[in-house]
Amino acid sequence: MTLELARLNRRFSDYPALNDVSLAIAPGEFLAVLGPSGSGKTTLLRILAGLDYPESGQVSFNGRDFLAAAPRQRNVGLVFQHYALFRHLTVAENVAFGLRVRPRRVRPKRADIDARVEHLLKRVQLEGFGRRYPSQLSGGQRQRVALARALAVEPELLLLDEPFGALDAQVRVALRRWLRRLHEELGLTTVFVTHDQEEALELADRIAVMNRGRIEQVGTPREIYQQPATPFVCEFIGKANHLALRREGERFVAGGWAFAGEPWMGEHARAIAYVRPEHLTLSATPTPGAWRAHLRHVYLAGAVAHLELDVAALDQPLEADMASEDLARMGLRAGDGLYVSPSHAVIFPLGRDGKPLAEDRWLWRVAVPAVPVRLPLQRPEAGVSPQRADGEMQR
Amino acid sequence: MRRRHFLPGFNLSLGYSLTYLGLIVLLPLAALAWKASGLGFDGLVRLLRVPRTLAALKLSFGGATLAAAINVVVGLLVAWVLVRYRFPGRRLFDAVVDLPFALPTAVAGIALTALYAPNGWIGRWLAEIGIKVAYTPVGVLVAMVFVGFPFVVRTLQPVLESLERDVEEAAETLGARRWQVFLKVILPMLAPTLLTGFALALARAVGEYGSVIFIAGNIPMKSEIAPLLIVQSLEQFDYAGAAALGVAMLAFSFVLLLAITLLQRWSHRWAESAP
Repeated sequence: MTLELARLNRRFSDYPALNDVSLAIAPGEFLAVLGPSGSGKTTLLRILAGLDYPESGQVSFNGRDFLAAAPRQRNVGLVFQHYALFRHLTVAENVAFGLRVRPRRVRPKRADIDARVEHLLKRVQLEGFGRRYPSQLSGGQRQRVALARALAVEPELLLLDEPFGALDAQVRVALRRWLRRLHEELGLTTVFVTHDQEEALELADRIAVMNRGRIEQVGTPREIYQQPATPFVCEFIGKANHLALRREGERFVAGGWAFAGEPWMGEHARAIAYVRPEHLTLSATPTPGAWRAHLRHVYLAGAVAHLELDVAALDQPLEADMASEDLARMGLRAGDGLYVSPSHAVIFPLGRDGKPLAEDRWLWRVAVPAVPVRLPLQRPEAGVSPQRADGEMQR
Repeated sequence: MRRRHFLPGFNLSLGYSLTYLGLIVLLPLAALAWKASGLGFDGLVRLLRVPRTLAALKLSFGGATLAAAINVVVGLLVAWVLVRYRFPGRRLFDAVVDLPFALPTAVAGIALTALYAPNGWIGRWLAEIGIKVAYTPVGVLVAMVFVGFPFVVRTLQPVLESLERDVEEAAETLGARRWQVFLKVILPMLAPTLLTGFALALARAVGEYGSVIFIAGNIPMKSEIAPLLIVQSLEQFDYAGAAALGVAMLAFSFVLLLAITLLQRWSHRWAESAP
């Protein structure tokens, strides 16, 4: 009872949109396909819907060969980024479309169709909108009509192609929570394509991260975020500082900081470490091995503050995140000196060609976590008034 | 609150537009009506009850309506092919569509006559199976189709281009067959544009003179169009009679176009925005 994609290949003139893609989706699962534009995620969805076909590979659903079936025989519901509503039909007629085009012998009775439309409009919270035309609705309402229309044919598989891409930020957040609840109620197997990582991390049971026609990693949002499998995933999901590492004996070092316990037994000489901004520990007093840094800038983005640090030992800037509240408590300001050290890192050895080797990933974490300083820094002019501090923090 | 317009001088430009419209369109028409009024209402009715006049009006309007209908069907097909398919020579094909616009109508008429005459390239073969085109009402129809053709194609093209493919794909995944997609999705969305094209092609065919008179043979009661009767009246210095016929044609055209506009508005009701 699963949807299985096996070794799909699809080329568009000279670049591969899908390159040997295999994936299995469990019944009732909410899977997000996440990737930058041009990564092949929409092609994947269109192949599932029957609007595109791969050059090679198989798709089976509950043991049935999907590729041999025409779109209308697949019983999938598809929701498009730009709604794709029938603008010459009312909302109710849009929802009823999939039922009305059925051959007479399998078409429900008119009264049954009306009842189902009514029920679906209630489900998507659009009761009383049945007689309007799509042009009289807001973007969020249109997308809910599109969803009701897709659900009307009782699909076994729901496909969503960047459904919130054209909506503004607030509607998008509200609608995706609502969609998650709806999915929990219906239990429908759902494949959701998006380039918005926040959306994928928040909504999905599992995420497939795609890049240049390949699946880089499949896993739960937690796995994807905490244990990225490839350098691409490290960079695409969340933010990451890159550090170039050199082997010195049994340790890898960067600017005086040692990443101890390397698992490759001296096989590799160089490596690259990805350190998330929230995995940098800041301290006002020197801790062993920590880099001396200079706070160049503070970007205050609501609850989180992004700190731009100059680290002379590394000869590069680092970005560190901390809660705005902690920042205010520490009283840090641009120009201050402090010490910074990593607490977690994802490290890939570099091969002879200088490219990272994804299969030899090393998830490193610090043995003794440094204690972050919570006390205000002493400063000669003293009296850190909140106004002053705010004035320094630039958005 | 006063509405701000993008262009300044709204009053000036509106006044200018109305004056221009009055001078170029309404004034000649008013003169026509004034001239016809010399005949009086009874005179007009008497003129219109002449069988020869009636037959000519029937041919003009019946032929034009049929020609516009044919153009809508063929024009939709041609526009579809030009917009949806990429093939060698598409640009050339696209340019050829405009030829009936550009060709002097008399040239078109003579060319069509040469083709469809019983000894012409096409007429010869048609004559063998017993179909006469030149010098019959069918010939009139052929000429009317020819001159009206570009209107439908050119009005449809931009609309077809802006038609979103997702909408068709959505219909397909919802279970619609190809013909259902066409009948229930594409055609209703194109209906307003098809009606515009129909109206333009109709208006052009009703008013067509040059190309029709060459191929029609102008046999009274059979293949004589109303504009020809007007010219004949003029040649006999019957200005009032000519004007009366002109007014009658104008009234007919007006009613027809009004009906089409109403139909078009109804078919476009979904586009009225704002709740």
